[in-house]
Amino acid sequence: MATQKRTVEVALSTTGVDAAGRPQRVPLVTADDGSPVAVEAPPMVEPDLAGEHMLINIGPQHPATHGVLRLVLELDGETVVRCIPHIGYLHCGFEKLGEYRQYNQILPLTDREDYLNAMGNNVGCAMSAERLFGIEITERCKVLRVIACELSRIASHLVWLGTTCIDIGAFTPFLWAFQQREYIYDLIEAWVGARLTPTITRVGGLAADIPDGWMAQLGEFTRKFPHTVDEIDKMLTKNGIWVGRTIGLGVMTPEEATNWGLSGPMLRASGVAFDVRKDFPYYDYETYDFDVPVGTNGDVYDRYLVRMEELRQSVRIVEQAAKRLPDGPINVDDPRVILPNKSKATSEMESMIHHFKLVMEGPRPPLGEAYVAMESPKGEKGYYMVSDGTSKPVRWRIRPPSFVNLAAIPKMVEGHLLSDVIAINASIDIVMGEIDR
Amino acid sequence: MSDGFEIQYPGNALGNAAPAPVTPRDVPNRGGDQNPSGAALRQQFADAIERVDVVWGVTNVYVRPDRVLDIVRWLHDDSSQRYDYLSDVTAVEYRDLEAPIEVVWHLRSLPFRRELRLKAQLPKNKPLEIASVWSIYKCADWLERECFDMFGIRFIGHPDLRRILMWEQYREGFPLRKDFPLRGRFSRAEQLRQALAANPEARYSMEELSIADAFEDLPTDMRKRLKGGERTGE
Repeated sequence: MATQKRTVEVALSTTGVDAAGRPQRVPLVTADDGSPVAVEAPPMVEPDLAGEHMLINIGPQHPATHGVLRLVLELDGETVVRCIPHIGYLHCGFEKLGEYRQYNQILPLTDREDYLNAMGNNVGCAMSAERLFGIEITERCKVLRVIACELSRIASHLVWLGTTCIDIGAFTPFLWAFQQREYIYDLIEAWVGARLTPTITRVGGLAADIPDGWMAQLGEFTRKFPHTVDEIDKMLTKNGIWVGRTIGLGVMTPEEATNWGLSGPMLRASGVAFDVRKDFPYYDYETYDFDVPVGTNGDVYDRYLVRMEELRQSVRIVEQAAKRLPDGPINVDDPRVILPNKSKATSEMESMIHHFKLVMEGPRPPLGEAYVAMESPKGEKGYYMVSDGTSKPVRWRIRPPSFVNLAAIPKMVEGHLLSDVIAINASIDIVMGEIDR
Repeated sequence: MSDGFEIQYPGNALGNAAPAPVTPRDVPNRGGDQNPSGAALRQQFADAIERVDVVWGVTNVYVRPDRVLDIVRWLHDDSSQRYDYLSDVTAVEYRDLEAPIEVVWHLRSLPFRRELRLKAQLPKNKPLEIASVWSIYKCADWLERECFDMFGIRFIGHPDLRRILMWEQYREGFPLRKDFPLRGRFSRAEQLRQALAANPEARYSMEELSIADAFEDLPTDMRKRLKGGERTGE
């Protein structure tokens, strides 16, 4: 494997390169003279001795595997020769459970698979169910769902950023990121009452409209949050340790990335500008003004840069959505899925029967099937639902982006050092709840 | 900065005159615009295409199970199709136990911004076997393994068709099949008994243990079984 030639201008406290020409890994100190130093990608270590290979087991209970992932590594010295991942420790059978539930009852399951992107999953699953019912949701609902998606994208990327920093050895950005994430959870709590598992959508609408004063709270968040991104950017992007530990690792070329089915920031860091929001848009994403960051080197560093830029772009989308939020109902006017008014249900016979049938039997979509993809923070998340005309789906399938992204880890880590496995694994942004489902 | 990759833009085969993609509205249940690949497939593989229809805006192509590999390879390689991205491989079993199991592929063509759903029906009175598309799309590796794990469909030509979400010694069957009860086949007592009786060595597969130079430290019977070609540690 060829070493990737690449340099990044880095401000270091010393000259930055040792006698052997390797980057000196010293932390960033704001240099008074401000002279930047070029750091090259670390050279690939050649296997020196044809010795015995060693078997090393990482996980399933290891803080750096981001959940119950287990990697069995064959090592030659410190170089990874082979990597055998084991998953399934968190398998809950969500897809089986979904076949025994009505469409609205499936939505709480989606909170619990990719729990960092709970609202985005709710939206995606509801979108798939609505396609199956042939429902067009209201304009206000669309805009609120876009806000929900982008807020959970920010929250998910912040967790990724914080935990990756911990893995690579930086502690401060972790605290900053989790503090900002807390503000997002405050917003969700004010909206629907729950924090981690909000189940914000219903088929045909939302669980609740936003409360009074919520937009002001959101505005405060979007005003202050970019400042934190800039601070973390300053801490990491030109930091010698950070650059030295991320650059040139786990490279995937555009052809490989497409063929291995990578999606989301993983695919875009490899130079393929595919974003479901742009190429197969939903909820009028084509009318929002935002950019899709694309990397050109496909390594861990580019994945970091792409996600940092996505944080800023998500704030842009939220700001635009907040400006255009129209008045009107949040639920569609469709008696097949939406419960009648409570006061009517307790006073009119027809409404009571309607309410009873919707709750006890559940809404019934026509025969058909729908695969609806959305851009989750991890990549292309698809919900595939097949209906046989009853109130429960025949098949409910989640296309898990981090499952497919993780499948490429043996390819990405082979030939790298053991300590780089942690950085590469972190760069995939895995959530085991989604991988094992 | 170094010379990185050239950026690939989806829709680059469409030319500049192509309209920008927009959110689909009022998608009809049946009918609507068909993906041109449907007609092209009919022309190319007239005998292997059973049915083409459009359901909720996505074109379904039902293909003969024994021709799947040819069709997918053509879709991937032909310059007028270029389906370079495999989104998903899964299967559907219907509640009607007579109905065949369907294997479903969701393909995407990034250069043409198209999506296509391929389906192959496997009758239940024959072994559930179908060709693996791993040789074309590397991402089919884990997706097909999951499909095998959950439905028991064997993908012929897959390099490493093992269970993925369930453990290798799992004996209860295939969880997503309709004849599999929601609570599992075995009683809680039996599941507990099996868990407690499990051999801790089984945490590593034989293949993994053979890597290690800990091989020499293994119990004699285990070394014997390893040399005999046994793979799992049960």
